[in-house]
Formats: sequence, C-alpha cells, structure tokens
Amino acid sequence: MSTDTRRGGSRMRLRGLVRKEFLQIVRDPSSIAIAFLMPIFLLLLFGYGVSLDSEHIPMALVVEQPNADTASFTAAFKQSRYFNPVAYADTREAEQALMAGRVNAIVVLRQDFSRQLRQADGAPIQLIVNGVDANTARIISGYVEGAWEKWLEHAALQRGQKLDVPVQMEQRVWFNSELRSRNFLVPGLVAIIMTLIGALLTAMVMSREWERGTMEALLVTPLSMSEVILGKLIPYFILGMGGLVLAVSMALFLFEVPLRGSLWVLFATSALFLATALGMGLLISTVARSQFVAGLVALIATFLPAFLLSGFIFDIGSMPGVVQAITHLIAARYYVAILQTVFLAGNVWSVILPNVLGLAVLASVFLGLTWRNARKRLE
Amino acid sequence: MLGRIFALVVKEFLTLLKDKRSRLVLIVPPLIQLMVFGYAATFDLKNVPFAVYNEDRGFASRELLAAFDGSPSFTRVAQVTHESEIAPLIDAKQVLMVVHVGPNFSADLLSGRPVALQVIVDGRNSNTAMLAINDVSVMVDRFNREWAASHDGNLPPSHVETRAWFNPNLESRWFFLPGIVGILTLLVTMLVTALSVAREREQGTFDQLLVTPLRPVEILIGKTLPGFLIGLAEASVITLAAVFWFKVPLLGSLLTLYTGIVLFLLSGVGVGLMISSFAVTQQQGLLGAFIFMVPSIILSGFATPIRNMPVLVQDITLLNPMRYFLLVLRGVFLEGLPFHLLIQHFWPMALIGAVALSVAGWLFRHRMY
Repeated sequence: MSTDTRRGGSRMRLRGLVRKEFLQIVRDPSSIAIAFLMPIFLLLLFGYGVSLDSEHIPMALVVEQPNADTASFTAAFKQSRYFNPVAYADTREAEQALMAGRVNAIVVLRQDFSRQLRQADGAPIQLIVNGVDANTARIISGYVEGAWEKWLEHAALQRGQKLDVPVQMEQRVWFNSELRSRNFLVPGLVAIIMTLIGALLTAMVMSREWERGTMEALLVTPLSMSEVILGKLIPYFILGMGGLVLAVSMALFLFEVPLRGSLWVLFATSALFLATALGMGLLISTVARSQFVAGLVALIATFLPAFLLSGFIFDIGSMPGVVQAITHLIAARYYVAILQTVFLAGNVWSVILPNVLGLAVLASVFLGLTWRNARKRLE
Repeated sequence: MLGRIFALVVKEFLTLLKDKRSRLVLIVPPLIQLMVFGYAATFDLKNVPFAVYNEDRGFASRELLAAFDGSPSFTRVAQVTHESEIAPLIDAKQVLMVVHVGPNFSADLLSGRPVALQVIVDGRNSNTAMLAINDVSVMVDRFNREWAASHDGNLPPSHVETRAWFNPNLESRWFFLPGIVGILTLLVTMLVTALSVAREREQGTFDQLLVTPLRPVEILIGKTLPGFLIGLAEASVITLAAVFWFKVPLLGSLLTLYTGIVLFLLSGVGVGLMISSFAVTQQQGLLGAFIFMVPSIILSGFATPIRNMPVLVQDITLLNPMRYFLLVLRGVFLEGLPFHLLIQHFWPMALIGAVALSVAGWLFRHRMY
C-alpha cells in the first residue's frame, strides 16, 4: 500500500513538473521556434542549397582549326546538360578565363586534330581542369570522358562500323540509380537538424536554470534526481519529435526522397537518437557551470562534428584510422547511417541494429553521467 | 580616449580569460578540431572495400582484376561465389562495390567479341559511388588500351589527355583545409563576440558601461578588439598548421592572405556584435550566433560548390562573408592569385563588416530595457 502511494505520488510529481516545463516552453516562444521554424528554415535552405550534382559547368572550347571532325566533337558537348561550352579563339585567352574563374575547364582541339585522327597514334584531346576543387575536377573529367566516348561511338556508327572496345564497363548503381546527390544529402540533413534541436535546446535551457539557481530549488522539492531529469526530457522530447515529423514530411514530399524502409523504424530510431541528443545537451549543461560555457561547448560539440564526422557528406571509410575511431563518439554518425539506409535501401537490419546499439550506448552514457554530475554539483 | 579604450579591452580580455573553463573552451577545441577535421574532410577514395565475383577462369580477368588490387582507392575484402551473396554484402555496407566478371570473359576477349565488366555500386553515398565508377572506368580504359596494343586490335582514333592546374594530383584535402581555416576562425570570433554585449545586458552591467565617460564608438572599439585579436591569433596558428603540418602549398603573398583575414574578421566580429546587441539574453545571443553560423558554413561553398545551388540561393550567398573568404583563401593558397584579382572579394567583406558594426553601435544606445 505504502509503495503504491509513493509510486502514485511519483507519477503525480512528474506530471506536475512536465506541466511546468510545458508552460515554460509555451510562454517562451523561442523554444517552439527552435523546434518548428528551424527545421523548416534549415531544410529549405540546405535541401535546395546543398548539392553535389554539377550541371551546366562553364567550360572553354578551343578549336584551332574548325572542320567537320571538330564540329561533330563539339556538338557532343553542346548537347550535354553537364556543360555550358563557350568558344574561345586561342588557348591563352581560355587560360586567362580559367585563372579568373570564369570557366572550370578547357578542352583544346589542336590544329592537326583531323590529320592525327587518321593516324595510328590517334589525336589527343587536351583537357585542362581547375584542380582547386578536386572533387568537381574529377567529376568534370569523368563527364568529358563520357562525352568523348559517346562521340566515338557515334562516329563509328556513321562509318557503318561498331566501336571496337575490348571491355565495356556496365555500371549498376543500387538504391540511387541516377546518383542524385539530394537523395543522399537530405537524410543526412535531417540528422544534423535533429542534433541542433536536441542538444542546443536542452544545453541552453538547462544551463540557464543552473545559473539562476532554479535547478537547486527544484532539487530540494521531494522530486528525485531521475524525476527531475525525466521531467526535463519529456517536454523537449515531444517538441523534438514534432520537429522530426516536419523534417521527414519535407524530405518525402518536397524533396521527393524515396522512403524504402518503414516509417515505424524511422520514427523508433529517431526517438532513440533524439534521446541521445537531449542527453548530450543535458550533460553539457551540467558540466558547464554557466550559459556562456554551455553555449560554447554546444556550438563546438554539436554542429561541426555532425557536419564533418558523421558521414553526412564525407565518407567515414576514407578517413584515417584514428579519425574513424573518433567518429564512434559522434551520435550523428549512427543516425546518419540509419537514415541513409532506411530512406534509400530499406529495413536492412544488419545496418540498423549495430547502429541502434551504438546510439543506445551513447544515450545511456550521457544520461548516466548527467545523473552523476548533477548530484555532485549539489555538494 | 586611447586610455579608456585600452581599459575596456583589458576588462573584456579578463572576463573572457579569467575563468579556466572559458579559457579552455576558446583554445583547445579549435586545435583539436583542426587536426580531426583536417584529416576527416576528404573526398578522395581510400581503401574502399569491394568484392569480386569472378566466374571466369582465364588469365585476362586475372590481369584486369590485378589493376583493382594495385589501386590505392580499393581494397578487396570478399570473394563472391554465387549471385545471391551480392545483395547482403552491399546492403550491410560491408562492400561498396562488387565487380562481376562473366563466365566466358577471357575466351570472348581473345576471339575479339565484346565483353562486359559488370560493376554494382552502393549509391547511398552518391558522391562516393560516382568517384568509384570514375576510378573503375579509368582502369578499364587503361586495360583496353594495353590489350589493344598487345593483341593488335584497333586503338580508338583519339584519346583524352587531362591536366589539372593548381592541384595536379587532385588532392581534395588541399581544397578543404583552407576552408577549415575559415570555419574555425569564424567559430572563435562568433564565440567571443556573440555573447559579449548580451551577457552584460542580462547582468545589467551594460547600462553601467553606458553611463561611464566611454562614448558608443569607444565601447564599440573596445568590444571589437578582443574578438578581432583572438581571431587573428587563431587564424595564424591554423594557417601555420595547414602549411607546415598538412603541407598545403601557400603560393600567394602573406600580405594578400592577411588582408583577407583582417577583412573577414571585421565582418565576423561585426555580425557577432550585431547579434549580441540585438539579444536581450545570452540565450538569444547564442541562438543568433548559431542561426548565423550554420547557413554561413553550409552555403559558403566549403563542401558543395555554390554553382550547384539554385539561383535564388546563390544570390543569398552574396550576403555571406564566408563565401568571399573561402575564395580568397583558396585563391591565395592554391592559385597564388595576386592582390588586385582578389579586390572583388575584399570589398564585400569590408562592406558587410562596416554595416554590421554601425548597426551594432547604433543598437548599443537604442535598444534599452
């Protein structure tokens, strides 16, 4: 009987605290803005802004002696949606345009192009790319090779022959056959946005309570430490899940990213991730003693690692071993892997389960440390 | 006047550096982040795991596959013996790619029939997938040329000769490290300035500052200098590390580089102070800093080219000082651009800084609670 009343009392105390937190949120609209307006704003901006698909690349075409051969070659570029070719009279002028950043690449057909075309060595097609952006440079050179191969095939067909290539590569891209970079970036953006909402929101709100001493006031009430933590988590968790629903609907309907896994896996794993992010925010706020330090730590520890170390854009497999080991401490890493898989590949348990485990470990470490730290601070 | 400003600067430095934690937060994380991000930010494929499904017993397929094994981009981690094994390997991300050689590969090749090399790639990371396909097609091209030469086949009537300027080995780290100099410099200046006024507002000491003999301009200078100096020091350290540790070439002049750094810091400190004087509480100041920082990094051209963005978003990036700073950094570091070619990127930063600082100074007096 007595345990029953205590349990009932606990539930009531918790409900009271959650209610208080909700009132606080509603009366300070900035948290609601963080949870709902920020996902919309960020997803719109980044969903449209972040893309690795290069199209209409400005390129200089230098044809030293135009004739039928060169015309058929340049036509291949003019038709391609990847290039915006601009004709330049000579190489020097084109090189100046490359220096000034007006074009990203130069294709040069020398004077004796037609003559060499009929010789054993073949005619060289010179391609100069601006290598500063190495990734774009590689993509450009791939596109040029593609256009060149098409031209060869076409020319052979016109002569009534088949192009004689010993081995032909036949590519099949699974999960994202058009290699649309948005399909891979938008799920990652959801992870970044959830990190921001979760960790930033709690880190700042909680550190304010510590700084003003209202946290101590809460702890002298009959509420236990875990109840206080839970009471703080629940409202922000609900707020964060609301933001998630928004972000996912935008990914599906606005950016038309396919969802091949099931919604419930998506939401269950997202709930786990949100708990981890909130835990991280709580931990930051209890370790830092002031809003100043908490804000700084949240700024440093959330966005940049989630952006650079999560596999959102840079492939973790290509990083050096030490850095790969460090990425295991970043919660977003697990969530990005889950999201990319659930959106594009489906419910692949061999990917989801290990990452869920990683998230669960991090969440319990964060919450456990918060609990311990919060107690110590009172002494 | 100088004495008053000096006193204010000393006081600002004391509030920033007196507390051990905030001192630590300002100095240690940027250095750690430089090291970690410097190595993490790369688009170069290294040891990408792949599997081979070879149904052919001839020597030609072995020769072709040897090229894969010799490439630093790929590491063979599995051997597939049946088609049904492919999907689980790729689904579980154990391999990024499976190379499939059909049963009559060598025989067909020898008798001059066209053969196919099937490459199945995981497209979840579209960029990695595209780079892997590019690498494979280069290897196949090379194999074809060698094969045609040694089996008196027909070489194609032309070939593409590629040269990359400014970065001959196409190391993407050279592209990203100057960007990291920009990001970390921005981070530190925002950290220092975004809270400097908001904290005093929240604690009520800003009113006291306003009734001292200090004029708003002097307060502005006093608040600007610490963030500026700390940012300058941080940028110098990171530049040194980029050049001497990561061996990124620095072709341009230091004068040009520092002109860029100073102007960028001016705009960064300006925006930070503006946010800070808008804010009533520290929380709002931090939020403002965050809301400014995140788009200014993502829409700066740091990781994804600005040219790929829709025109409207491209126009928005014109307001982003980071966009100009990255162009200056990459231009000075890798292309060795002279001063006069970069003036087009210098003046927008100066303008943003001047506008932001004026707004901040005006807000000092006109936003009171």
